[in-house]
Amino acid sequence: MNIIDTIFKFNGGIKADTKKSVSTVRPIKKIKMPKQLILPLRQHVGKVAKLKVNIGEKVLKGQLLAEADGNVSAAIHAPTSGTVASLEKQLIPHPSGLPDYCVTLIPDGKDTWVEKKPINWKKIDRKETIKKISESGIVGLGGATFPTHLKLNNNNEVKTLIVNAAECEPYITCDDMLMREKSAELIEGIRLALHLLGAQNAIIGIEDNKPEAIEKLALLIKNDANISIKIVPTIYPSGDAKRLIYLITGIQIAKGKRSTEYGMQMFNVATIIALYKFIHCGEPSITRIITITGKVRTPNNYEVLFGTPLSDLIIDAGGKASQNGSFIMGGPMMGYKLPSVNVPVTKAMNCVIDAEPEMIENNNPVLPCIRCAKCAEACPVNLQPQELFWFSQSNQFEKAENYNLFDCIECGCCSYVCPSNIPLVQYYRYAKSEIISDRYAKEEADIARERNDFRLERLQREKEERAKKIAERKANTSSDEKSKVIDEKRKAITEALERVKQEGVSEKND
Amino acid sequence: MLTSVLVVLFLALLIGSILGFSSIKFKVDGDPIIDKIDSILPQTQCGQCSYPGCKPYATAIAKGEADINQCPPGGEDGVRKLAELMGVEYKPLNEEHGAIKPKSIAIIDEDTCIGCTLCIQACPVDAILGSAKHMHTIIEKECTGCELCLPPCPVDCIDMIAIQENTENWKWKYPVFNIKNQKQRVSH
Amino acid sequence: MINQQSPFIQKAASVTNIMLMVILALVPGLIFYVYFFGVGVLLNVFVASLTALIAEYFVLKMRKLPPKVYLSDGSALVAAWLLALSIPSIAPWWIIVVGTLFTIVIAKHFYGGLGSNIFNPAMIGYAVLLISFPAIMTKWPSPIENSLSIESIRQALQVFFYGLTQVGDGLTSATPLDYIKTELLQGQILPDITIRNVGLATILTSNQIISLAYLLGGIVLLHKKIISWHLPITYLLSLSFISGLFHLIDPNNYSTISFHLLNGGTMLCAFFIITDPVSGPTTPKGKIWFAFMVAILVYVIRVFGGYPEGIAFAVIFMNICVPLIDNLTQPKVFGHG
Repeated sequence: MNIIDTIFKFNGGIKADTKKSVSTVRPIKKIKMPKQLILPLRQHVGKVAKLKVNIGEKVLKGQLLAEADGNVSAAIHAPTSGTVASLEKQLIPHPSGLPDYCVTLIPDGKDTWVEKKPINWKKIDRKETIKKISESGIVGLGGATFPTHLKLNNNNEVKTLIVNAAECEPYITCDDMLMREKSAELIEGIRLALHLLGAQNAIIGIEDNKPEAIEKLALLIKNDANISIKIVPTIYPSGDAKRLIYLITGIQIAKGKRSTEYGMQMFNVATIIALYKFIHCGEPSITRIITITGKVRTPNNYEVLFGTPLSDLIIDAGGKASQNGSFIMGGPMMGYKLPSVNVPVTKAMNCVIDAEPEMIENNNPVLPCIRCAKCAEACPVNLQPQELFWFSQSNQFEKAENYNLFDCIECGCCSYVCPSNIPLVQYYRYAKSEIISDRYAKEEADIARERNDFRLERLQREKEERAKKIAERKANTSSDEKSKVIDEKRKAITEALERVKQEGVSEKND
Repeated sequence: MLTSVLVVLFLALLIGSILGFSSIKFKVDGDPIIDKIDSILPQTQCGQCSYPGCKPYATAIAKGEADINQCPPGGEDGVRKLAELMGVEYKPLNEEHGAIKPKSIAIIDEDTCIGCTLCIQACPVDAILGSAKHMHTIIEKECTGCELCLPPCPVDCIDMIAIQENTENWKWKYPVFNIKNQKQRVSH
Repeated sequence: MINQQSPFIQKAASVTNIMLMVILALVPGLIFYVYFFGVGVLLNVFVASLTALIAEYFVLKMRKLPPKVYLSDGSALVAAWLLALSIPSIAPWWIIVVGTLFTIVIAKHFYGGLGSNIFNPAMIGYAVLLISFPAIMTKWPSPIENSLSIESIRQALQVFFYGLTQVGDGLTSATPLDYIKTELLQGQILPDITIRNVGLATILTSNQIISLAYLLGGIVLLHKKIISWHLPITYLLSLSFISGLFHLIDPNNYSTISFHLLNGGTMLCAFFIITDPVSGPTTPKGKIWFAFMVAILVYVIRVFGGYPEGIAFAVIFMNICVPLIDNLTQPKVFGHG
């Protein structure tokens, strides 16, 4: 065991007022069972989960509601026992504010579990265990919601597990509180994850503003040579995967490469605890810790069932659950404004901020860029945000790409420091969106072109074949008697036609 | 007099040969212009440009027979790209060739369909499945929205449905704030 | 509707703050300027500021931009101050007005206004004045005692309103840069020049003190991180290096490092002129190249060129090179090669 302060530093980053202490004074809380649970069928990166129950069916807590559709997808389980009431489009937490398909579950209040099946991971093959995990519905709970089984199952040899406990965004404290209250589970989970990855050692990367969590974890790993803690300075965005790996190891993961190619894999603390719960207790992913903070009277962390209406939490924390659209999901740097407070808690929802009006409605005028390059100084990826802004705002996407637009992690440091108050990240999001949809359109056009070419070729071939057949037939029959027969037949037909005509004419004449 | 003429001649020869040499040595094998134009066109294959498909239209543009503003599915953006490629002025879309519509796909009302196969023959990208006397369906992913299947259908069972914005195809919008009236905006 | 997307928090920084800090950092230099050369420079600064604000207001109106928002950014004031501090304090009022108008209307707004001007507006204004009115623009004041006495103020006002001709040339003297250049051209050598001219010693001192005051302001800007170290430090080091090199080779014909650092507009240039973000490079390496090249050009123009001071031309020339410099000095992106 060792605790080390890291020595590597990435370019820029910001030191913002973290506002974390308000939500760490009280222990993690639970609220009473909501009247209904709303479960979006896509709470993860990848394909929509396939519904496996019928409307009106009674389900038990932990029962599979929708299964993963293919490999890049994640299952959804019933967070409590009750009745499946409907499958329809409802508002979900999404920056678009558009509705998506959700299952509504009416709890019966009994909270009866299905038969839990813990896995004896030490006895069975780890491939087998990972396969089981693909049915657990566990996704990256740090906010990225990438299906966890995919990260466990990879072809590269992983030596080091990096546990992301940085939690660098202001306001958010769910991981901090989780580490304080469930440190034993976390360490057990890390051991489990090490086994599943076939890795030798684990490094917990944690920001120096969480002394209590560090202390608790340090105590638990005192005698474990394989797990160490590295303390990183509180500079946003130290919790970004590539930045954290650099802070800890000094290795820059190259563009387009995965950390596993460098023998490393990263998991968020909450994800590791979810893994622990699934393997040791047989509980699928049905809850998470969420920070409710901001303007609410008692900012707090809650352990909630997925699908819980956010309004219930806001009211419990002493906030006003009016629909004024001032709720931010995620942190203030990378989160987004929720379309309404009537959205369910999802796997990605790590924090909701009841925002002060000035956070939502910024009254400072937007001035032209004065090229002060404060954004470049703050950019943790070492990009030139002022150039990216210039090209994005003038729709010169190709040039923006040449300036590595897609390396941008949208961390928001550039917008944060901009003295001209330019919403830089908004321009990058726009440009990226446009480029991606252009690419997609291009792909579609290519498919259409191919199919059209294929069709034209086919028509041409058919035409040629037909011509060939006719020619062949002609060639075969002309010298034959058959041709005579045909000729006679034709003659007969033409004669008959003419007769009909004449008859017709004579009839008219009559 | 003679020397200067000779010098000039020599220079001309030298420069000429350098130019000739470099034109062979540094020759760029670019895409033929038709392919470049074709890659800008949306491949809807709808024929609204009055040519039987995107490739024929591309050929016509390359030959100078067709104008660059005859492709409604490509939109203003497409015209702009063509103008840039061809080195001509941008011009607005020619309305004779139809108006810009949101991208749609064809949907066959399977209850009404009589399975006549006429639409299958009309589809330029073979995106309709079905055989004689059996109802047909459209492979949504491959439909280009060209509307060519609409006229041949004897029972009018094909509808064009505009693609709705959903959480998958949703895009971040261009940041909107009015720099000129910022004070007014604040007072609202 | 700006902040409908993240980030929802922002650092308390604004263009106005930056510009105000730059102006504040100029104040120590200005105070010593007044102390040594009289209130003329104050009149210059005042009229330049007024002209700049009025011109800015009307141009903004014409461009249909909200004057309140843009006037308060302070960029016009900074340009006006820099111009006023660059031209002789005994210049008549209309020189200031013409220069400021050129700076604001043509060098700034014709190029697109704040953020779009490719040249340093104050330097364009200065260069235009220098080329158009060389006689006025090369007459510098001699230091005066009791600069705040009523007599001095009266004289300054007279010069300001009626020009030097009314008062006589008694008030002027060559700047150290100019004086040494002329003497050297006449075949003199440096040790003799300094020994012979007693007055030079006092002028050196007053100019040096003003330069040091600018340096002080510059250090404040550096400390407040309003300017990055790359530009001023590289500029001063490069100028020291080249002047030191020539001085070492031939001390009779090339002045010392300290002479070049503390005379002319060196400090003003290092901390206030080349640090203009709009017309300068944005990459760290680019800033170093830019400052280095400006320093070399300044030295070359001072020593070998026709003008005693070369900052304006050096800066304008290097402004043209900024896109190229930026393009060639792109920093390595995280995770790239």
